[in-house]
Amino acid sequence: MIRMLLRHTEPASRPVRSLLLATGLLLALALPWLIYPPVAMDIATWALFAAALDLLLGYTGLLSFGHAAFWGTAAYTAGLIAIHSGLPFPVAVLGGAALAAALAVPIGYLCVRNAGIYFAMVTLAFAQMIYFVANQWRDLTGGENGLQGIPRELFGLDLSDPFVFYYAGLPIVLFGLFCLWRIVHSPFGHVLVAIRDNPARAQAIGYPVERYKLLAFVLSAALSGLAGGLFAISHGFASLQEVYWTTSGKAVMMVVLGGIGTLWGSALGAALVVQLEDYLSTSGFDGIGLVTGTVFVLVVLLFRQGLWGAARQVAAAVRARRAPRPPTPAPRAPAEPMPAPSTLPR
Amino acid sequence: MSNFLQQCFNGLVSGSFYALLALGLAVIFGMLGVVNFAHGALYMLGAFGAYVLLVEAGVPFWGALVVVPAALFVVGVVLERTLIRRLTPLDPVYNFLLTFGLTLVLQDAVKREYGVQSQPYPRPAELSGSVSLGLFDYPAYQVFVLAVSVLLCAAVWVVLNRTRVGMVVRAATERPELTRALGVNVGRWVTPVFGFGVALAGLAGVLAAPMRAVNPLMGADLIIAVFAVVVIGGLGSVFGSVLAGFAIGLLQALGNLYVPALSQTLIFIIMAGVLLWRPAGLFGREEART
Repeated sequence: MIRMLLRHTEPASRPVRSLLLATGLLLALALPWLIYPPVAMDIATWALFAAALDLLLGYTGLLSFGHAAFWGTAAYTAGLIAIHSGLPFPVAVLGGAALAAALAVPIGYLCVRNAGIYFAMVTLAFAQMIYFVANQWRDLTGGENGLQGIPRELFGLDLSDPFVFYYAGLPIVLFGLFCLWRIVHSPFGHVLVAIRDNPARAQAIGYPVERYKLLAFVLSAALSGLAGGLFAISHGFASLQEVYWTTSGKAVMMVVLGGIGTLWGSALGAALVVQLEDYLSTSGFDGIGLVTGTVFVLVVLLFRQGLWGAARQVAAAVRARRAPRPPTPAPRAPAEPMPAPSTLPR
Repeated sequence: MSNFLQQCFNGLVSGSFYALLALGLAVIFGMLGVVNFAHGALYMLGAFGAYVLLVEAGVPFWGALVVVPAALFVVGVVLERTLIRRLTPLDPVYNFLLTFGLTLVLQDAVKREYGVQSQPYPRPAELSGSVSLGLFDYPAYQVFVLAVSVLLCAAVWVVLNRTRVGMVVRAATERPELTRALGVNVGRWVTPVFGFGVALAGLAGVLAAPMRAVNPLMGADLIIAVFAVVVIGGLGSVFGSVLAGFAIGLLQALGNLYVPALSQTLIFIIMAGVLLWRPAGLFGREEART
């Protein structure tokens, strides 16, 4: 499916990668100085959410359109733990992530039996079920009023200033991103890529494809939950919006805009979408979906490799020009994803 | 007893909407391999079309019933020609994403214009009363909706199974390459079939206007329920989708009667059960899943 976007680009050289990593870390640390701190926190949590979704979409080849279920479940769980137990907020966030992972086991079990577009529809439907459960379980979730007054407890420190809270929450996001980076570059991650590129062959080699997909699904859900729990703590409330399908769609939008199969691209996409929505809502524009939807349609039509993917292509082209040693077959940057060898009936 | 029967009827009426929408989705998927996320938004557009025609031009319900589906057919043709077509050679996921973006655009465009509150739409005078159905009286309009839906689904079934066009569409659905190799111009039928599916969504929207709230988000939750219906029926199967539409409507109404707590989640629980038992759906073919 979306597999071909990665294959042709070689990884950047080691110094370049270190430089990128250092820049990214510096940016993450400097963010609340550059922009309004609550927005900086939103960018950080959405970046983790989008990157976690990309573990499935970009590295396993499964488009989940129901990740709001995990983000939202974790948001409610973290909120409830923080309200009722008074434990430090990272514990509440971890609790949310754990429940999201537990929820992902049965849902994932049912979903990974399907692939492609079927997978997207089934995940979407199950997420809607979670939405209705959250809507009806008023005693626990507060129904349409949402869960309000979630405290930010951390050993009695004063975290009420969003600027301070950003630095309290950032380690969780960085931990999540580090986990993703480790997963993607582990032998397990390589098996996922093999499954994405050719599930039949991976199966034939002897990998239990469905079990790998399920594990990827659960890991992705757990890390989405980490992001969702932190989001709820940082906002002080969790609402039905968190479990609604537009939230799943927003995360997918971020991944595609940043570049499918590029973890850093997801973070970039998250930053852009959050900034755009913040700009639109503060400027009083009514109808954010009109703009984000149009942008998304254009990206899908004309710019499917995404920002990071495009940057990679440019970098590869520059490298090819600079080192023309293997004279003839210059590394080609894929201008267009190849048509899928689809088995779907047309 | 009459309460039970009345609930059954309610279920079949809401099943009518599921069936009409699932039918459009299934036909489009079969012909183009596209799952149209915007189907719910187009249904909403159909309802708003009827509302706008009534308020701005005084066109009554019966006029809207003809004009709106025709207009949406054109909308569908334009969409297919300008946007969908560019992505059909790629993985179907891309068109899913494209139509998701379109959904956001359509919903928010209408929301900007009319706000989120529901607009009133009167029942046509001819159908304002109720009909006696033996044991109980039932609103005439609901009976009309059910009849229209059943007749339309039957008509589509006849067209698909008894005419040359239907034969081409079925062949192109099942074995597109082979159909082309036999000299059938499959591409010629793609655009009208997409337009037809969208017109069905528009028709469902017009039918919904007098009995459901006309608001920009009326299709947002419905489309996901219809996805579940299509998954239950089997994504490739037109017959399965329609049957599942009516059956799910019925089961939901009965669930509402006996286990009200489950009324909204029941459809997804059924879907989970079907996925466990037959991952390709009740009438689906295995190869449609990959």
